[in-house]
Amino acid sequence: MNVHEYQAKEILKRFGVVVPRGIVATSPEEAKAAAEALGGPLCVVKAQIHAGGRGKGGGVKLARGPQDAAQKAGEILGKNLVTHQTGPQGRQVRRVLVEQGLNIERELYLAMVLDRAQSRVAVICSSEGGVEIEEVAHRNPQMILKETLDPVIGLAGFQCRRLAFALGVPAPLIGKMVAVMQGLYRAFDECDASLAEINPLVITREGEVVALDAKMNFDSNAFFRQKGIVALRDLDEEDPREVEAGNHDLSYISLDGNIACMVNGAGLAMATMDIIKFYGGEPANFLDVGGGADKEKVAQAFKILLADAQVRGMLINIFGGIMRCDVLAQGVVDAARELRVTVPLVVRMQGTNVDEGKRILKESGLAIISAETMAEAAEKIVKAVRG
Amino acid sequence: MAILVDKNTRVLTQGITGATGRFHTTACKEYGTQMVAGVTPGKGGTSYEGIPVFDTVSRAVAETGANASVIYVRPPSAADAILEAADAGIPLIVCITDGVPVRDMVRVKRYLEGRNSKLLGPNCPGVITPDECKIGIMPGHIHRQGNIGVVSRSGTLTYEAVDQLSRLGMGQSTCVGIGGDPVHGLEFIDVLELFNGDPGTAAVVMIGEIGGSAEEEAAAWIKANMKKPVAGFIAGQTAPPGKRMGHAGAIISGGKGTAKEKIVAMKMAGIRMAPSPALIGQTMQEALANS
Repeated sequence: MNVHEYQAKEILKRFGVVVPRGIVATSPEEAKAAAEALGGPLCVVKAQIHAGGRGKGGGVKLARGPQDAAQKAGEILGKNLVTHQTGPQGRQVRRVLVEQGLNIERELYLAMVLDRAQSRVAVICSSEGGVEIEEVAHRNPQMILKETLDPVIGLAGFQCRRLAFALGVPAPLIGKMVAVMQGLYRAFDECDASLAEINPLVITREGEVVALDAKMNFDSNAFFRQKGIVALRDLDEEDPREVEAGNHDLSYISLDGNIACMVNGAGLAMATMDIIKFYGGEPANFLDVGGGADKEKVAQAFKILLADAQVRGMLINIFGGIMRCDVLAQGVVDAARELRVTVPLVVRMQGTNVDEGKRILKESGLAIISAETMAEAAEKIVKAVRG
Repeated sequence: MAILVDKNTRVLTQGITGATGRFHTTACKEYGTQMVAGVTPGKGGTSYEGIPVFDTVSRAVAETGANASVIYVRPPSAADAILEAADAGIPLIVCITDGVPVRDMVRVKRYLEGRNSKLLGPNCPGVITPDECKIGIMPGHIHRQGNIGVVSRSGTLTYEAVDQLSRLGMGQSTCVGIGGDPVHGLEFIDVLELFNGDPGTAAVVMIGEIGGSAEEEAAAWIKANMKKPVAGFIAGQTAPPGKRMGHAGAIISGGKGTAKEKIVAMKMAGIRMAPSPALIGQTMQEALANS
């Protein structure tokens, strides 16, 4: 789960990371009032959406005084902001963060990530802040510094100092730098984050170390103990069908194709998308109904898949381990009847009680196309969709 | 011969009195697995289908000589269950539970360092040596005894691959699910190393998916060390970047962990890659014929 920049900054502030003074605004008037409250000759108006690249997309603007802040907010609010992370349709901006302007001396990069190969958290930093770290990794990999953490110890002071000195942070500011790093790690750890990134982390002319931007992602497996984080979720930023699927404990991701698929198991669901493509079709979605899907879940999955107007055909691929094919078949028949499915439907089932399942499909009188293997199923649905 | 489990493996179930624990303990017992004990705190002294239930893992091990554990407890308690099994010195711990927080697993892996316990999972289907021992949730009937080793990050996709192998007359030595989470126990390399040293395994099927770099690391290891033919498949060739595809670990982030990169690395290592998930069995056949 992602949160907005202003929410990430509120979290970091609680852990002792210095962030610019800022106020969230949802209208030009509020932006004006925010700029007045902040004072100073300059402020920054920043679009709050769950996507990076906002600056390049025109979502971050410098304002000279309250009147200008109102105007800049007006230009950004309500706009569909397109960045390289939003896709061509963009994301509607519903609020802006108005922040005090800073006298920036240097821009650094700092992040906590999971190092999967080590099964540990790692701190990554670079003296090349303010640009995308992937770009630095590609162009100047030697500019990226890394320390791996022992979960028993956390982020040790010496590790922070080693990084800070290597970044060329002036000696009087080393203490402040260590505090930011350790605060960021504690925020990452205590909030069950999967990513915590400050880019750029700036050193100001006044000698402060400030998180100018912040991004945090969270591990949804830990939501049972992170109620405060769950409360920060912004459903406006998510695909409504994905949200609806999640409410029914279905794992769904919408794609651009026209062949809907319903599969049990994430690996098999990905492989089913792949085989549709292999036979020249385009998958409309990823959908894992889970290992123990019952009739209700199948019916819900049908509703979600058919809500996609692009769908021209559907492929159901179930390898029943825990799931019984007869139960599944009955669920498919009921749902297809109730929802009056008009697009071609190919069903491939394997596993427990498969013969009984096939009998149910056959005797239903519905125009369901049966398939024995994944290849046969994919070929049949691609052909049916082409007509 | 086989790896990790055989007919002498004595299995205890952690979370035996829950619905999932009961269901699969029965299924594994029916398959022929020696299910010797169960653990549910507070239910010690009772029994389930003749299997004695204990309050603690250490007690269960002392009383029954269990040497493998399977965990079905809920996500908030799963990491603690792994720690308890490791503390009791159980050599093989299989965690089926899906939804364990990554932070918990980072600590679990640290705890396992220097200990003699091997962990499979979490979020995995388990491990099976056909006709000898089944630990986990896979359908036993699709497996045949034989000499193909299978290692995979997936559940149902592994069943699909095993089914293809069995239908083509290629039985399996052992099938191992390492799990779909970003931080888990045994890695591809650990399992490949075991298959490499197992006289009962003639060739290996390796099934990966998008996310992380475990497949690339395994490919490098195979190129340097593997003495047996390997066939492979990577799921998620059509997956969009930045989206978690069901498994917590199946995500392309920062342009890294794509299927394309993995397939290239595996081909370079001499692994024969199945172009479609329906051709995994056939690809194994070709790899064997060419070896």
